[in-house]
Amino acid sequence: MPAPPPDDIPIPGPEGQRDLDRYAEDSLDSGLAVAQTQLYVSAVEVGGEGRRRGKGLGLGAWLAIGWLTFIVAVSVLAQLGILPLKSPTESFSECARLGPFAKEGTAPGHLLGCDSNGRDMIARMAYGGWSSLVVATGAVLFGLVFGGILGLLAGFFGGKIDAVITSVFNVFLAIPAVVLALALVAFLQGAASSGSGGDNVDPKLLLILAIGIVSVPLLGRITRASALTWSQREFVLAARAQGAKPMRIMVREVLPNVVPAMMSIALLAIAIAIVAEGTLSILGVGVRPPTPSWGNIIGLDRGRIKESPHIVFLPAILIFFTVLSLNFLGDVVRAKLDVRESAV
Amino acid sequence: MLLLVTFFTFSLVRLLPGDPTETIIPFGTDQQRAQLSKDLGLDKPFLQQYVNYLGVPVLKSEGTSGLLQGELGRKYATNQPVSDLLNQSLPISLQLVIYAQFLALAIAIPLGVLAAYRSGTRTDRAINTTAFAFLAIPNFVLALVLSYFVGARLKWLPTAGYQPGWLDQFFDPDRGSMIFSGWEDNHIRYMILPVITLAVGQIAIYMRLLRSDMIATLQENFITMAKAKGVPNRRILFRHALRPSSLTLLTVAGLNIGTLIGGAIVVEVIFGIPGLGTQIAVAISAREYVELQSYILVLAFLFVMINFVVDFLYIVLDPRIRRARAAA
Amino acid sequence: MTQPASAPTVSTAGPSEPLLQVEDLRTHFETPRGIVRAVDGVSFTLARGKTLGVVGESGSGKTVLSRSIMGLLPKRGTIREGSVRFDGTEITELSPKEMRDFWGARMSMIFQDPMTSLNPVMKIGKQITESIRQHLDVDKKYANELGENLLRSVRIPEPEQRLKEYPHQLSGGMRQRVCIAVALACGPALLFADEPTTALDVTVQAQVLDLMATQQRERFMAIVLITHDLGVVAGRADEIAVMYAGRIVEKAPTSVLFSDMKMPYTEALLSSIPKIEHPSHTRLNTIPGRPPNLVTPPQGCKFAPRCTYVQPRCLEEDPPLMPGTQPGHEYRCWFPVGTPEGAEALARNRADQAVTGGAA
Ligand SMILES: Nc1ncnc2c1ncn2[C@@H]1O[C@H](COP(=O)(O)OP(=O)(O)OP(=O)(O)O)[C@@H](O)[C@H]1O
Ligand SMILES: [Mg+2]
Repeated sequence: MPAPPPDDIPIPGPEGQRDLDRYAEDSLDSGLAVAQTQLYVSAVEVGGEGRRRGKGLGLGAWLAIGWLTFIVAVSVLAQLGILPLKSPTESFSECARLGPFAKEGTAPGHLLGCDSNGRDMIARMAYGGWSSLVVATGAVLFGLVFGGILGLLAGFFGGKIDAVITSVFNVFLAIPAVVLALALVAFLQGAASSGSGGDNVDPKLLLILAIGIVSVPLLGRITRASALTWSQREFVLAARAQGAKPMRIMVREVLPNVVPAMMSIALLAIAIAIVAEGTLSILGVGVRPPTPSWGNIIGLDRGRIKESPHIVFLPAILIFFTVLSLNFLGDVVRAKLDVRESAV
Repeated sequence: MLLLVTFFTFSLVRLLPGDPTETIIPFGTDQQRAQLSKDLGLDKPFLQQYVNYLGVPVLKSEGTSGLLQGELGRKYATNQPVSDLLNQSLPISLQLVIYAQFLALAIAIPLGVLAAYRSGTRTDRAINTTAFAFLAIPNFVLALVLSYFVGARLKWLPTAGYQPGWLDQFFDPDRGSMIFSGWEDNHIRYMILPVITLAVGQIAIYMRLLRSDMIATLQENFITMAKAKGVPNRRILFRHALRPSSLTLLTVAGLNIGTLIGGAIVVEVIFGIPGLGTQIAVAISAREYVELQSYILVLAFLFVMINFVVDFLYIVLDPRIRRARAAA
Repeated sequence: MTQPASAPTVSTAGPSEPLLQVEDLRTHFETPRGIVRAVDGVSFTLARGKTLGVVGESGSGKTVLSRSIMGLLPKRGTIREGSVRFDGTEITELSPKEMRDFWGARMSMIFQDPMTSLNPVMKIGKQITESIRQHLDVDKKYANELGENLLRSVRIPEPEQRLKEYPHQLSGGMRQRVCIAVALACGPALLFADEPTTALDVTVQAQVLDLMATQQRERFMAIVLITHDLGVVAGRADEIAVMYAGRIVEKAPTSVLFSDMKMPYTEALLSSIPKIEHPSHTRLNTIPGRPPNLVTPPQGCKFAPRCTYVQPRCLEEDPPLMPGTQPGHEYRCWFPVGTPEGAEALARNRADQAVTGGAA
């Protein structure tokens, strides 16, 4: 640590004092809820702190939106067959393992080179983007729906329902997410193959389910906290006092207020799910080859990183910028909606 | 809590597809399989299997021993006790995670304090932006980048393998410690890249957490009071403000150890380290349920233990909680 | 961490120069709403061993004034102008690092709220000796003894025991005594007491104030006693400054102020002194209306919108500080209390009110 600069410790006026006692208790309460660190951190602390609120989006946000639009557009258009791309599964032996910076030079027509089987990298990354995005978005939707419902029920009704749901969440949270996802994929794969007697279930669906299930307790806890806060607001209490049906209050009064908190977390959750798909691919249980995904392009050829680094690094760069953009937008959205305390 | 976890993992693992007897005797007859099933207790009703697994003294079947007897089961394929495998792999992962945790905290705390102290300035923004970028690098990407550049290109450090450290010998007396040996096969040399990989993401998280809590603490009256006493800034930051600001950090850092071990899987696989993560990955692909179940259980147990430790540290950090506890 | 004790600065001040001389001090905050003029041109002097009472409603800028004089406000977002001479040194130009030799050692402060001004996770002893070890060149053991003696002198029973305790183990009154002990630790020449008793029980209030008075006598210390309650300063201050909207609107020796107040605001404050039966920390707001907006203050006299003596002139022209009949008395008013003009103005307003009241 460098010597403190000759500036000054900021000391504000009498306003804005914080009750430390309350704070310490809060931290204790949050206990297990913080198991998922990344979600927690971004929910608690937002780099911008009001700076971004109110004003326009700012350059960073536009760059992030631009990048995401580009990625989504390319993946979707590739999948629809509109883009003039090579097949992601066709091998071009003249180009195998050659990257854009290879000494021999890449084969003509393959701008970013090919993977170890001679499949065109551009095509693989475009089609791979589709797989990665579908898995990530699908998983988060799954998590939002089920985590949302459970969290809402727990937060709104409290009591026994809350106790049961929360302890189920806690059991899930006690198992590291990656381990749980791995076990779930193995389980689902087997169940699918023994159930329908074949491999006709899309492996992407299995991944969506596995990652989705892992995300349920994480998103569920956040929803629960938010629902809990909103359920104690005056207008909800008033509606209760007027004898409105609880389910109706929950759906009409509490849900609409909880949704913004969840949406701002959703962007971040998608980022985490993209990484999760990558991790599972590296461990050999991601999207099944020859269908490409960003993760399995890396996973398949990570052993050849020394000779052909581009096969690993190109999709890695895509993942990095996509995750970065999603994180950044998530922060901006949270700052705009100011859901800091209700999300935790 | 632990009981719930055991039941949950047990159910999940028992419901996993594939017949374990196939793993053990791949070419056996149906009759042999049935016999084996019986020997393993796999033909019993589900709940009885669970009770056996736990080893509840009164309810268990004759001649079995379970978790309560400290029996973690055996690997189907080789009949190796799972506890042996654990003794070899767990200390490796623990060391990895402990180093990563210490490295992360050692870097994150001064950075977080500095960022809070200079909040709103260029320094703060630079630290924050860097942290934000690091947060977006997945572990596996960083692992590959480091192993490629530092390992394969610069050849400074090994990209695969492991040498035992100080912790291994307590779990497995056959292993020596390679922590003081020559640099070529030194424990630390093999740990540097994996540890950095694991630590980088944590640094960003911890730093941002500490920064925001610290900013809040610096607004407290007692900080103004310390300043009015003429206490130097550095002392105000580290002696007065850091401790009350570190409760959230502590919670997250503590609970993260469990998550980190899970996150270590991919790092261990990429760096070829035979830790718990690698074992789990192998166990899943080999359909070694009992083994997998024991690993998950150990992780859950760790998680719960760490919760206790975190609670205890709270008490150390904040005397007011001490009193609240005593009153309760 | 201990620095060498500050070399005793040779006082360049002659015996006649006051300990503290504040001249046209302004402290403005840059906020999103605009510039908040929290202190707007305050001047006064304070001699050694004397007490200045600063009285004003909540939000009149008392806390900002004291922190601004001590230089405790953050640099960023704060505009500070004017001059503060302490013991012959112009301290507005000093860096925080240089100020550290003044803070705690030669000038110190007791804060409004004893509940939050002690570090909750640091033992009392540490918090007291910290200042001693910072400024005086003494070892740990001796500092501890000094700390114990300090606690004894602020009448905390079982001081040895208390040194090892945490703030939450003490009552509010005890905590404020600890704060006083901390402030007195290095024998400062000047003590700012920012509403030291507002957060305390009535019975404890008098004890704490008496304690401060005793210490002042023993140490020949000057005190700036800040309060919103004229009753508190009545018997204790040598001189009283009444603040309103960041300015001193009336200043006089205590006896003069009470016998011959000129400002309608002072009069209104006096009538709002809490009665014994009211717990004094419930803030009485017997002056109708609210303090003015400090971002866009009204033209003319800042108190005019709430004043019972108000005349058209008050709304247009800002009254300057005018000398009173007795020495040391100053006030800002066009129609002062107890003068023929004032009486006439009041009578006119009463009549108008009766007319409009009757018409309505
Ligand atoms: N850091 C700051 N930024 C902006 N405005 C401030 C700041 N500190 C104080 N103020 C404003 O300055 C004005 C004077 O505040 P101050 O705390 O000095 O009042 P006070 O007389 O001490 O009141 P009280 O009796 O409640 O303590 C208030 O309007 C307050 O809102
Ligand atoms: Mg004040």
